[in-house]
Amino acid sequence: MDDLLREFVTETNESLDVVDVELVRFEREPGNATIINNVFRLVHTIKGTCGFLGLPRLEALAHAAEALMGRFRDGVPATTDAVSLILATIDRIKQILEALEHEQREPDGADDDLISGLTCMAEGLDPKKPAQPQQQAVGTLVEQVLERPLLPGEDSLDDLERAFRATPVDPPQRRAKSPLGEAAKDDAERNGNQSIRVSVDTLEKLMTMVSELVLTRNQLLEIGRRHEESEFKTPLQRLSNVTAELQEGVMQTRMQPIGNAWQKLPRIVRDLSNELGKHIDLEMQGAETELDRQVLDLIKDPLTHMLRNSADHGLETPEERRSAGKPERGRIRLSAWHEGGFIVIQVADDGRGLDTERIKAKAVAQGLATEADLDKLSEQQIHKFIFAPGFSTAVEVTSISGRGVGMDVVRTNIDQIGGTIDVRSVPGVGVSFTVKIPLTLAIVSALIVEAGGDRYAIPQLAVIELVRAHGGSEHRIERIKDTAVLRLRDKLLPVARLSRLLGIAPSAAENVETGFIVVTQVGTQTFGIVVDAVFHTEEIVVKPMSSKLRHIAMFCGNTILGDGSVIMIIDPNGIAQALGRTAASQLQGAGGGETAAETAEEAAQATSLLLFRAGSARPKAVPLSLVTRLEEIDARKIELSNGRHMIQYRGQLMPLVRMDDSVTVRSDGAQPLLVFSDGLRSMALVVDEIVDIVEDRLDIEVAGGGEGVLGSAIIKGQATEIVDVGHFLPLAFEDWFRRKEQAATPRRRAVLLVDDSPFFRNMLAPVLQAAGFDVTTAGSGAEALAHVDDGGAVDIVITDIEMPDMDGFALTQALRRHPRGAELPVIGLSSIVSAEAIARGREVGFHDYVAKFDRQGLIAALKEQSEFGRAA
Amino acid sequence: MSESGTLREYVTAEIGGELIGLPILRVQDVFIPESPTRVPLAPPEIAGVLNLRGRILTLIDMRRRLGLGGAAGEKAMLAIGVELRGESYGLLIDAIGEVLKLDEDTREGNPVNLDPRLARVSMGIHRLNERLLMVIDVDRVLDIARESMAA
Repeated sequence: MDDLLREFVTETNESLDVVDVELVRFEREPGNATIINNVFRLVHTIKGTCGFLGLPRLEALAHAAEALMGRFRDGVPATTDAVSLILATIDRIKQILEALEHEQREPDGADDDLISGLTCMAEGLDPKKPAQPQQQAVGTLVEQVLERPLLPGEDSLDDLERAFRATPVDPPQRRAKSPLGEAAKDDAERNGNQSIRVSVDTLEKLMTMVSELVLTRNQLLEIGRRHEESEFKTPLQRLSNVTAELQEGVMQTRMQPIGNAWQKLPRIVRDLSNELGKHIDLEMQGAETELDRQVLDLIKDPLTHMLRNSADHGLETPEERRSAGKPERGRIRLSAWHEGGFIVIQVADDGRGLDTERIKAKAVAQGLATEADLDKLSEQQIHKFIFAPGFSTAVEVTSISGRGVGMDVVRTNIDQIGGTIDVRSVPGVGVSFTVKIPLTLAIVSALIVEAGGDRYAIPQLAVIELVRAHGGSEHRIERIKDTAVLRLRDKLLPVARLSRLLGIAPSAAENVETGFIVVTQVGTQTFGIVVDAVFHTEEIVVKPMSSKLRHIAMFCGNTILGDGSVIMIIDPNGIAQALGRTAASQLQGAGGGETAAETAEEAAQATSLLLFRAGSARPKAVPLSLVTRLEEIDARKIELSNGRHMIQYRGQLMPLVRMDDSVTVRSDGAQPLLVFSDGLRSMALVVDEIVDIVEDRLDIEVAGGGEGVLGSAIIKGQATEIVDVGHFLPLAFEDWFRRKEQAATPRRRAVLLVDDSPFFRNMLAPVLQAAGFDVTTAGSGAEALAHVDDGGAVDIVITDIEMPDMDGFALTQALRRHPRGAELPVIGLSSIVSAEAIARGREVGFHDYVAKFDRQGLIAALKEQSEFGRAA
Repeated sequence: MSESGTLREYVTAEIGGELIGLPILRVQDVFIPESPTRVPLAPPEIAGVLNLRGRILTLIDMRRRLGLGGAAGEKAMLAIGVELRGESYGLLIDAIGEVLKLDEDTREGNPVNLDPRLARVSMGIHRLNERLLMVIDVDRVLDIARESMAA
């Protein structure tokens, strides 16, 4: 194709995209002169270029649209009909452009339908003159240099010229050729205006070559490391630096803000709103998040489809929304952010949620599962059926979605680029689709480690620190039966051997107590990965896993190292999940014969408990997360002062507390202790023996049972006393609570604590009281609402998330609708703290989200929220 | 549309005592797999991954894939490079044979009692003078993830 024509088609397409977006914006803000001026100018440019290139059809269309827009600019309010008509015209222009691109000439056809519509509307809207026949315009021909009759709908050149001159021009348009990177950061409005066009193939080739260069550089560095004194050293260093910069530069050329893929969406949503008779607000967050342009192209269609889906199936009609007590305007939120080596894109609506029953029925009807299978699945698992091929729950086939090519196509597309898609739905609250796409071409810094004789790469981003553990050091790996934990400063971290997680036989020299621990963080979860050796960090080119291996959650890619060998890149998210699963499978082993669904359910509600013996043979338990550390001290160091046992511990005197008189404090040998800390103070509970750490569901069946005992629960088939830590704290420090009370403000804030488990209510209430809050407890969402209804004192609500009947999300929503509850700060408590859950919490309006046993975190959150409440 | 006399070319290879043939157009190259990296948790048919001229390639243990016996730990010496949807694979074999031109008409269907693991990847059998040649469908050989996931 003619270069000029190609340039024109590309540029015009870009301008039209901007016009699309801007017009939709203008419709909402009709008074905004900047927008309409901008649009007017763009269309004028298109028209001008068409005239220059001899494209009469395009010119006539652009002209008619321009004339109508001129009216808007003159202050005539934009009607939906008018905007629709202009948008339709733009669509026609795009069609013609497409044909132009393929056939290199304008396709035949007439556009009188649109042109007459536009002209009529323009005439009708004219504020100054009454509607007049269009021939009128011909009268001014005399003055023109135009050497042909006016096309239908044309105004005279003079008129237009005047209109154009009257349009204030924006600050000088930057047409300078600047690097793409800069352009990418620019406003969407100016998008594409200051760049040179380079074919993607060229960039692709450049990228491949840079990748090769990086690998070669790594090889050279590897050789350089072996020859300490070498004259190559300095030039090698320079080569390395230049390569790094080059790599960054090339990467940058490929990166584009995801907003580019979103440009068409406001228009689509607007059209859908009209078509479906729903009011839809589209919110976009994180449009500046950058990702590889190739990936960007590939996700455009799936995103559009998901959006259509949300608008069509997800959101209810205004009437339905009103009767459900929701605002009439539905909301679709599109957000994007970087997370680890991934970009996460979320499409969330606040509609009715997925219809689980209908999905079930459909799954059965399509033979995807039997009724019996479905009974075993959790809701979330059932929702995943929407990704099955040919699955569509829409009762009627609409023009928007529901043609049977639904989410399965979306999933296939996302699969192809090595991504994953997940769905979360809450009935009546909405559905959110989360797409996670690896930045496949990214070059990341990674830590090279060894486990079971093979090397692996761990993305540096997730690594917090490296700890060398061995028997004598402060950091020790300790085993409590099958569970390994690491003492790290004030915390006990779960640790797992990489070789075990990967199911490879540990090397012969394996010693459980030694090794390097890569302390890793994913979301709010911190854990240790034990490896046999740590080498160095290296810049690696992440290559996607083979499609045959992509299902392995432990890996997020592979790479070629400097020495030419291939190694796997560990996915910290996969490890985090596997740590949870190990616990769940142990649980299943203990219980035996549970179905997968039950196990999943229980794992979700399971609590890590530390089992120990003290006094009697009966096992006792305390939630592991309340324990700061496990100590075994030399009993000879225990001092008796004023009738109380004390020990010097980390430069302080720490009181030792016995559960009851039946517990003896040893006088020689090793004395195991459970250390609890609160701020600067620590106390230790004297125990006879630490038995195990188990992951189990806590159901306190018999309440009470003596001082310091909350009740009994069946843990691993044995009746176990659950110890009330709150009871022992004041025994250690008589002023433990008093001190806090003095510090408390004159008016104590009232906390409403909602949890279905009596254990947590009993455990948390004293802790919160100690922290200076007045606590009211409720055993269910309904009870909590009743308390608010009755006018009970509430300043802050703390609610468990997983509760029967009404869960924390539903409660929060109910509160938001309640006249007294709309502004109440709500803190969600959950045993599952995942990025997803946090996002969902934020969606329903949680102010904060705290892990169930993170006492410090909870109190910090409470303080913050009550400060906030006070300030407000 | 197999006209009589249509000749097809096959690259032949020995694996676990069987003679297999791959359509020559599917074969990219034959190479000696050097220092492959094992992939923990991978399906058993996957022998590992390796770097072949800057590309990461997945090695398929054909012995396992075809359900053939053979001494465990016996190192396959050669691999046949094939591609599927832009990804590279290496099919591990014991030895490479000659390229044969065979008439489509003489290809026979799979015997009904053929081991199902062979039947799912075999496109038929050619009777050669000395022995039988099984024609392998490369796409089906590589259709691993789906089967192991369905299981």
